[in-house]
Amino acid sequence: MRTADTLRTAVRALLRHRARSGLMLLAMAIGVAAVVTLTALGESARQYVASEFTSLGTELLIVSPGRSETRGAGVFFGDTTRDLTLDDAIALLRSPAVSRIAPLVVGTTLASTGSLQREVPLVGTTAEFLELRRWKLAQGRFLSPGDPERAENVCVIGAKVRRELYGPRPFLGEWLRIADRRCRVVGLLATEGRSVGMDADQVVVLPVAIAQDLLDEPSLARILVETRGRDRLPQAQRDVVDILRERHQGEEDVTVVSQAAVLATFDRVLASLTYTLAGIAGVSLAVAGILVMNVMLVSVAQRTAEIGLLKALGAPRRQILAGFLTEAGLLSACGGLVGLAVGWAGSLLIGSFYPVLTVRPPLWAVLAAFATALGTGLVFGTLPARRAAALDPVHALARR
Amino acid sequence: MIELRGIRRTFVVGDQEVRALRDVDLSIGYGEYVSIMGPSGSGKSTLLNVLGLLDRPDAGSYRLEGHDVTALGDAEQARVRRERIGFVFQFFHLVSYLTAEENVELPLVLAGVPPAERRDRVAASLRDMGLANRAHHRPDQLSGGQRQRVAIARATVTRPAMLLADEPTGNLDRSSGSDVIAILEQLRDAGLTLIVVTHDGEVGERAQRRVRMTDGNVVGDESAA
Repeated sequence: MRTADTLRTAVRALLRHRARSGLMLLAMAIGVAAVVTLTALGESARQYVASEFTSLGTELLIVSPGRSETRGAGVFFGDTTRDLTLDDAIALLRSPAVSRIAPLVVGTTLASTGSLQREVPLVGTTAEFLELRRWKLAQGRFLSPGDPERAENVCVIGAKVRRELYGPRPFLGEWLRIADRRCRVVGLLATEGRSVGMDADQVVVLPVAIAQDLLDEPSLARILVETRGRDRLPQAQRDVVDILRERHQGEEDVTVVSQAAVLATFDRVLASLTYTLAGIAGVSLAVAGILVMNVMLVSVAQRTAEIGLLKALGAPRRQILAGFLTEAGLLSACGGLVGLAVGWAGSLLIGSFYPVLTVRPPLWAVLAAFATALGTGLVFGTLPARRAAALDPVHALARR
Repeated sequence: MIELRGIRRTFVVGDQEVRALRDVDLSIGYGEYVSIMGPSGSGKSTLLNVLGLLDRPDAGSYRLEGHDVTALGDAEQARVRRERIGFVFQFFHLVSYLTAEENVELPLVLAGVPPAERRDRVAASLRDMGLANRAHHRPDQLSGGQRQRVAIARATVTRPAMLLADEPTGNLDRSSGSDVIAILEQLRDAGLTLIVVTHDGEVGERAQRRVRMTDGNVVGDESAA
């Protein structure tokens, strides 16, 4: 039998039972769509986190007060034991592997202009912060470089702060009242949106000394340490720990985490999340396969006489087998394609709700879902097809 | 052309053994017109199934055109059925959702004949059966006699060496039955070996050679002058 005829016959048989074929197609489509959408979601989460961390620079070390044994989580939940001071931060520059540092104090306070007032997250830091965090300025300048202990009364504000406190009025060079201090606004941040726990358009950035004074907070929350290249990261990490231990009376009471380590951990967690989602969605593909098998068994039973006739007319077993497998394969392939389309559309839809995520199914998931659909159809189609091929033509034809 | 030696076929029905064929010996030459008659259960249909390679005998040898076909595998037997044997059934066994034309085309499709050639052969075959104007009708739009003629067209479109007919008139009224017999006899006159299984004495008597069966044995084999 010619391949074209085998295909045509299979299409015809499928079209003759539209409801049945439609149901099998639907089951396959749902399975594939589930795999595509869920992996797209998992993958986009992973990429989002990865890009967030890469935006911080992978040659960065983060020092926080408090010793934490748990790598990664300690960045956020380390217990504070001893203050991390501005002098500690400056001392880190003694390490030859360290190029720049940015001390960090954070807190919340009231900021006001005239009658307008709002609560703002405060970031106290130095000039190096802008480049270390890879933030951008829209207007004006950032904090002046120089001795972090000696500070001028200036601040840089986020876009939202500007909108709410100044509106359309000019703001550069204007005074901003922050708690009980007055600072001159010298710059506007261009960076928008959340970036690793900090909402750039809502913050007010001040020199670290002023912020410490304002918040009455002697300890730094973090020190960002930039190393001279990724290959010097381990040395920088050792140096930082040594310097701080020495300054803290021999006690190792800080947590030093490299950006790369945190990223790797998140990457692992989120990748396994994606695989889990794909696995769960894969179950629906298996269910679809079982449905295909059932419906095809019914189909074989209904077409007994036809199969017997084909055998009498000279169709060998192999051809009957090929015919039914072609039906199963066509159905699975069509279901798979519909599922890919639906899954793609679903990903775009979810993506439109979460603009920060680029929800795209990864290529491996698309290929794997389609191949699994086709494979499932063929594997589960094999039993019915074999049953059809093994039919005894005498018995098949004896019935009317 | 056909040589059966010691053909035995036993079925197990429940816990009973039914011996449908008991050591049947039979030789049929090219172009012979043979009727196989006997009461139901005499084994005549089983014999036809064995002749048509639809059923395998438990013992004995079957030589078709000089080749032992009992030993052939599934694919080779299918090829012999496709190329050398045509079947006509009591219940026509047309595919209900295919037109007359497509039913006739079916064996050619299975044989992998190119579409253009298929069209010509199907058209010629339907014309020979007087069904040229029924080509696009489905079986349920045809009379019994027409359906059986479509089935005969399907059986002969591959130009087989022999035609096996199992009660070809069993489901037809007298006049369409005699039409069908007339067509079969024309085919025989054109050189086809014709073997008809029937329990209708009138149909059976028309054959030059009449084989009678009872309880799985050939009990009579007479040739008319």
